[in-house]
Amino acid sequence: MRRDESSLIRWLLIALALGFLGLFLVLPLAAVLAQALGKGTGAYFAALTQPDAWAAIRLTLLVAAIAVPVNIGFGLVASWAIAKFDFRGKSLLISLIDLPFSVSPVISGLVFVLLFGLQGWFGETLRDHNIRVLFAVPGIVLATMFVTFPFVARELIPLMEEQGREEEEAAIVLGAGGFKTFLTVTLPNVKWGLLHGVLLCNARAMGEFGAVSVVSGHIRGLTNTMPLHVEILYNEYDFVGAFAVASLLALLALLTLVAKSALEWRLRDEISALRQS
Amino acid sequence: MIEVQNITKHFGAFRALDDVSLVVPKGKLVALLGPSGSGKTTLLRILAGLEAPDHGRVILDGIEATEQKARDRGIGFVFQHYALFRHMSVADNIAFGLTVRKGKDRPPRAEIDRRVGALLDLVQLSGLAGRYPTQLSGGQRQRVALARALAVEPRLLLLDEPFGALDAQVRKELRRWLRRLHDELGLTGVFVTHDQEEALEVADEVVVMNKGRIEQVGSPAAIYDQPATPFVYRFLGNVNSLPCAIHDGRAEIAGLSLAIEAPNSGGEGDGIAFVRPHDVEVRPPSDGLPRAVVEQLAILGPVVRADLLLPGNISIEVELTREQQNHLSLAKGSPVGLSLRRARVFAGA
Repeated sequence: MRRDESSLIRWLLIALALGFLGLFLVLPLAAVLAQALGKGTGAYFAALTQPDAWAAIRLTLLVAAIAVPVNIGFGLVASWAIAKFDFRGKSLLISLIDLPFSVSPVISGLVFVLLFGLQGWFGETLRDHNIRVLFAVPGIVLATMFVTFPFVARELIPLMEEQGREEEEAAIVLGAGGFKTFLTVTLPNVKWGLLHGVLLCNARAMGEFGAVSVVSGHIRGLTNTMPLHVEILYNEYDFVGAFAVASLLALLALLTLVAKSALEWRLRDEISALRQS
Repeated sequence: MIEVQNITKHFGAFRALDDVSLVVPKGKLVALLGPSGSGKTTLLRILAGLEAPDHGRVILDGIEATEQKARDRGIGFVFQHYALFRHMSVADNIAFGLTVRKGKDRPPRAEIDRRVGALLDLVQLSGLAGRYPTQLSGGQRQRVALARALAVEPRLLLLDEPFGALDAQVRKELRRWLRRLHDELGLTGVFVTHDQEEALEVADEVVVMNKGRIEQVGSPAAIYDQPATPFVYRFLGNVNSLPCAIHDGRAEIAGLSLAIEAPNSGGEGDGIAFVRPHDVEVRPPSDGLPRAVVEQLAILGPVVRADLLLPGNISIEVELTREQQNHLSLAKGSPVGLSLRRARVFAGA
């Protein structure tokens, strides 16, 4: 009797989880694909190869290609400093790293308008030197970097803290310098966590809408990223075009998730070995 | 020879080390023994260069090393939780200290492999070169950590609670093994422990620490037989501490009159007498001997531990052999006579 009851509850919970997943994940994805392919594959590929769409895809890839490596560098340095050293203002630094998570992306975008807009702090200087930040690629890159910078650091800080400092100390006593210790001991110990953070960071960098929307200016073929392009096409009732680009974004997200799961599954032994001490 | 002079170290307001000076003779294995918070691990880390002292100097083989970086000191350090590189095989762990060397200081690959092989033999782990740390038992990890520290041919080997994380049986074996290894290699070594048995069994010299200060330095026998302070008495081995009255060079404990031992003589008034359980001689009750009654009796394998009640409701713990117990036919409630083979009185303690 007891056993039936618990198995009933188990099935109920599984059904609930699957239903939830279906309703909020699978169904919208299917809808996106259905809309995108609504007028046949010909129209689908025509929408993707349209010059403005192609420009948006290229810009999105460019932004991610800049923002992700920069954030890898920043995340590694910040988490290393926080987990392995004691210094004044450490908790302040941790809070600052969390800032982009706690602020609405629109505000993040507005910060850059305040800084680099014509009426902003650096607006005149930039205009005098003929440098465009807002409504141009640099602004989009900056906004994306700001929104995505916690991902790598947030992934690594708890992992490094859990692993402690003893291995680094052992390496130093054995004669390794600081950078050598980082390369041969710290980095290999966090590589899977790092990869996880990079994948999440990349997904967000490609998908960011709010902050980029504020600084982009929506110039077709020049400053539209994929999410912005989707919105414009949608507002113009070009559903096939909008959903074709959206399906590409969804595909990128799915690929990221699949890559992450595949890695975790293939390397589960090694990952669990690294987690133990 | 390793020397520290007048080392002081604070962590915030906490004084971890308070004007500590110590000499570790070449080729000796020295134990830093003390309760947690006594500063022993901090002293070890200062020797290694992992902490910097607020004041004082560290001198390694006659060379001032206080400002020297940890990586330049040529020291082998075995961490309490081994700190093996978890992503490296056993062989790579052991080779690490050699492979990180630069340029002409780095031995050729073949030489590194040869040394790793020899060290694996030394720590009796020859078949496990390709394993990863998580695939090893605690005792095996400990020996890999030791081999890794020895690979750089350190001038000084430091071990932080080397057996602390192991179970009792493995600990005992490794302890003897380490002692033999030390005798074979003739290394200078310092290890930290809170286990007095471990310190007495393994070390040539024991440094007893308490609250950031050194209480006593001496051979295991000297530390055990002639503790310099009440703390050392209490910390090393089982001891009875009996309140007594000191008068005219004699201490009076409930009818057991003792002659006071130098150098603590000269005190008058209240004091405490320390008596080890095996330094109490239990005899048949007779005239002229202080009397007591057996309150509790516990048979612990070959020895018998008895709690005796002296007049004035003072309890004293004694240890005797099974033979002595049979001979005296001791049981709960038996009256006995007592005399003290050895005791130490501290005035005012």
